[in-house]
Amino acid sequence: MTDTNSLPVIEVKNLVASYGTREILHGIDLDIHRGEIMVIMGGSGSGKSTFLRHIIGLNRPVAGSIRLLGLDITTATAMEMFELRKKVGMSFQGGALFTSMNILENIKMPLKEHTRLDDHTMDIMARMKLEMVSLGGFDKLMPAQLSGGMIKRAALARAIIMDPKLLFFDEPSAGLDPVVSAELDETILKIRGAMRTTIVVVTHELESAFRIADRITVLDDGNILMTGTVDEIKQCDNERIQNLLNRQVRDVKIDADEYLRRLTGETI
Amino acid sequence: MGYASALLVECFYWLVRGRSRKQPVKMPTIAEQMMQIGIGAIPITSILSFTIGLMLAIQGIHTLRTFGAESQVVLGIALSVTREFAPLIVGILIAGRTGSALAARVGTMTVSQEIDALRVIGVSPIRYMVAPVLLSMIIMVPLLTFYADIVSMLGGAFYVYHELGLSLEAYAVQTRDFLSVNDITQGLMKSVVFSIIITLVGFINGFSVKEGAEGVGKATTRSVVQGISYIIIADMIFTYFFNK
Repeated sequence: MTDTNSLPVIEVKNLVASYGTREILHGIDLDIHRGEIMVIMGGSGSGKSTFLRHIIGLNRPVAGSIRLLGLDITTATAMEMFELRKKVGMSFQGGALFTSMNILENIKMPLKEHTRLDDHTMDIMARMKLEMVSLGGFDKLMPAQLSGGMIKRAALARAIIMDPKLLFFDEPSAGLDPVVSAELDETILKIRGAMRTTIVVVTHELESAFRIADRITVLDDGNILMTGTVDEIKQCDNERIQNLLNRQVRDVKIDADEYLRRLTGETI
Repeated sequence: MGYASALLVECFYWLVRGRSRKQPVKMPTIAEQMMQIGIGAIPITSILSFTIGLMLAIQGIHTLRTFGAESQVVLGIALSVTREFAPLIVGILIAGRTGSALAARVGTMTVSQEIDALRVIGVSPIRYMVAPVLLSMIIMVPLLTFYADIVSMLGGAFYVYHELGLSLEAYAVQTRDFLSVNDITQGLMKSVVFSIIITLVGFINGFSVKEGAEGVGKATTRSVVQGISYIIIADMIFTYFFNK
């Protein structure tokens, strides 16, 4: 499926990101190829969500470049970004469906903004995507009437309505039971199979990552620990990666004086 | 202040250039906002304006009676309503009604990542949300103010008839003789400025929400308090320059 010979569709070079004075990502380099499913893994606070926000252009990096489909989004004009956005889909952690619209209107929203199709055609296209994510018949419901898993699937339908070349997921399995989570993974694989979309998934769910990934990138404290196939990651002997895979607690060295100071609330 | 100016400029940019950039500010959205902001506020505007008119008449007659000049109350009501009370009362009403709703809605959307979702889809939140509201406000708030002018004077006329026996017709004739177009435009110009203040304050507070439900609550309160405060300060500045 993966086309490693061609130019990468996502090219991140020396990405440095920070919130205020705190540096979160310390120079990330990553290439993602066409048709590939890349899973970005890491524990909480590893910088994976920040990384995702930067590669979809929601935040601006301090340094480095990010090229999506050949366009450097750190220097692109508003018009270029507008054109690029038509080819990119994103499924947010909480779904981020527009609560004032029903499911069908939510899914049609990108079509309404970017195309001049007539309403009936848009309805049909939106219903097709709903069938694809097994939500046929739920088009008239409001987001508040759906369960967590259904919201994620509806959000996915909205993300793929424009048949994007790049598709991003933020924690697709978070808050879902194992069965629903597995179904969502199947849907992700189905989409890649049907549309040859390049997919980037940010998650900390190991099972889900191993099921869908072509390659996995492990982030730790704002650095890439390793990028490799599922087998390479499993066989890697890096202690931090093994801890993550085997759910080992972090080995934090405790400084007795520092510990006492924290307990007593003394600042120095 | 800098951000507010940038937001205002960007709104006008989308209103003017949106169509040529294939991202027009949509008419149905504007119409819907005009309904909510303007038409929806008519009942409460009517009640408040009528009451203000009554209040001014009661107070005016009482004060002027000490000079034996009760008949001048018509002039007093006409001037204070058109120049001050109608724009101010509508401004405060809209700040409480629409300003709070804007901040709460945008704040909730920010928290639930709906604003991020808009941006990822390629929709500028300013074009999609702020510009239609701003345009609707600039149209509807002055219209409401003009409506409040009339209803307040009607309220005044009602009490004046009751107290001094001046007929509605005579009241209307007197008012028309006293009032100049300038008095009404002064009030309407103020209301345009108030509508811009309320919109910007509401959206800026909404967009600035970072943390959950508490943040939305704070932003909503802040937008009402700031909105009303800025309106009163702007009103004073306007009044000073108009009367120089």
